[in-house]
Amino acid sequence: MALPATRPTAAVPSGAALSADQLLEIYYYLRLTRTLEERLVALYRQTKVIGGLFRSLGQEGESVASAYALERGRNKDVLSPLIRNLGSMLVMGAQPIEILRQYMAKADSPTRGRELNVHFNDLEKGYLGQISHLGDMIPVMAGIALTFKLRREPRVGLVYIGDGGTSTGTFHEGLNFAAVQRLPLVVIGEYNHWAYSTPPERQFAVKDLAEKAKGYGIPAVSVDGNDVFAVYEATKFAAERARRGKGVHFIEVKTYRRKGHAEHDDQHYVPKDVLDLWSKSNDPIDRYSQRVLAADLVSESDLKDIDDRVRMEVDQATDACMNEPLPDAESALPGVYVNPPAADKLWFKSL
Amino acid sequence: MAEVTYLEALRQGLWEEMERDDRVFILGEDVGLYGGAFKVTEGFTKRFGETRVIDTPISEAAIVGAAAGAAHMGLRPVAEMQFIDFISCAYDMLTNYVATARYRAGLSTPLVVRGPCGGYVRGGPFHSQNPEAAFLHTPGLKIVYPATARDAKGLIKSSIRDEDPVLYLEHKWLYRRIKEQLPEGEEILTPIGQARLAREGEHLSIITYGATLWKSLEAAEKLDKEDGVSVDVLDLRTLLPLDDAAIVATVKKTNKVLIVHEDTRTGGIAGEIAARINEQAFEWLDGPITRVTAHDVPLPYAPTLEDFVLPQTDDIVKAARWLAKY
Repeated sequence: MALPATRPTAAVPSGAALSADQLLEIYYYLRLTRTLEERLVALYRQTKVIGGLFRSLGQEGESVASAYALERGRNKDVLSPLIRNLGSMLVMGAQPIEILRQYMAKADSPTRGRELNVHFNDLEKGYLGQISHLGDMIPVMAGIALTFKLRREPRVGLVYIGDGGTSTGTFHEGLNFAAVQRLPLVVIGEYNHWAYSTPPERQFAVKDLAEKAKGYGIPAVSVDGNDVFAVYEATKFAAERARRGKGVHFIEVKTYRRKGHAEHDDQHYVPKDVLDLWSKSNDPIDRYSQRVLAADLVSESDLKDIDDRVRMEVDQATDACMNEPLPDAESALPGVYVNPPAADKLWFKSL
Repeated sequence: MAEVTYLEALRQGLWEEMERDDRVFILGEDVGLYGGAFKVTEGFTKRFGETRVIDTPISEAAIVGAAAGAAHMGLRPVAEMQFIDFISCAYDMLTNYVATARYRAGLSTPLVVRGPCGGYVRGGPFHSQNPEAAFLHTPGLKIVYPATARDAKGLIKSSIRDEDPVLYLEHKWLYRRIKEQLPEGEEILTPIGQARLAREGEHLSIITYGATLWKSLEAAEKLDKEDGVSVDVLDLRTLLPLDDAAIVATVKKTNKVLIVHEDTRTGGIAGEIAARINEQAFEWLDGPITRVTAHDVPLPYAPTLEDFVLPQTDDIVKAARWLAKY
């Protein structure tokens, strides 16, 4: 039976210290991720979301903390998020209005209505959207890290892979390639206990994902994924090590997917008591809030102010894009290539 | 008789073959207790047990490769791709290993790879694909693509019984949209390699398959009512091998051909069909062989874009009117 990861954080000497401002910034991204997703649920129920809706409830901590450990800003580190890494994209600078527009397939969405949800990029800000084929982003991010190495830039790539995704061929090929080339790449293996409806014991025969990484000759740690500090410290250590030219590092984050695969999935296959346990006693945002408050690092009113600010920002973003138009039909044609600039409009459309 | 959906018909076909032949087993992602992403195999684990309904890791290459090995040894695997878009991950296994096995090594590989295809569902570029053209160029594979509930059942049963590897492409837009009265207790076996005349007419022929059969039938109805143009509609059902005889017969009957498919234009199956008509019935043509297909772009997500990119009933009507007047 899956139980909350309560083991102590793996000892990773990062020497990282976070200021009160940084602690509040992390809280801001945690709250923003959750509130934005809650807004998306409301929009989904109003049939404003065109396709499926994917939640990261319960996994916001590891997404935000791992991204927060990177160097952010124009042309710094680059990460590649998965469907449940909305938090990491927000940390890297993706705007709530972009996410809302993507889900509602608006003309002004980052992909102009071509792609879904969090499948979009801003390489300058430092995120490269996934495709649906799991594992594919590992070799691609290896290529981004290879470029940093070849250009001798002190930059790092970070890529997420789910427990199910580690069963794909591209995961193994990409990881081996990156390991052999000693690339500056951090791989976050998200052990969230469910690949759609498939539990870990039907996905792999090892106990921890970290064991897989060790087979490629790269260091791997397993950390409590709902402990924001643990994930931050582990990622900081791995990223700085990679930045120093020491190669790939694998971090397994133990967490729990608290919603179905997508909003349509009622996750009836998940034991209710386990879900309750993770929800009541191991919520990453609750744990983070309690810890920073208990250590007297920030005040309750600080957190409350952020909650209010986030709600206002999400309201404003929703109001701003809600009634925007969908893309013009013929805007489907340009951009398959640079040259020719547009696909042919087929003959029968002009009859 | 009982009314069944396309999905239920497919399910019945799988079920009956598993009841009939204990060599048949299913493997794929979330196919067991969950019953598959679209619930095609719901209830199968309860009836047939976990040894015959196997939940696999997310590993399409391993799913198809393992199916091949089991098929060599005398089993009859049915491998599910959760969405057919992920069949690309098993492309090497299917084209290099499975398709060549009989010819190069005398190996029998009677397996079925099946999965939901197609658009019109706002699935975006990775949950809407039609992969038939990628495999049409592969001698050694058979490809079937049912459009009706009857054929969904009849073709899955024939595919499972076939001695060679079959790609069974099912359209998710048809899953619950198509309902049909099917006889109870009667064995339905749709022969592989045979097209079916879905509507009879005399002025022009529409050759199609999958979801666009229904759009073509809708168009044919409209053409009949509004223009007095009667249309022969040929549902290919099997794409590899193509039913040349049925294609040539409809050409000889109407002398004008419109080929309709949901897949993109360039390199699509319409080109192959046009070439065959050219070779076998050129002198019977009274007009150019024309195509209504998707535009040559990855399938976009927004409804406005998807509707424009994919062939619609109105597109077929317009193209058919043009051809009828030619």
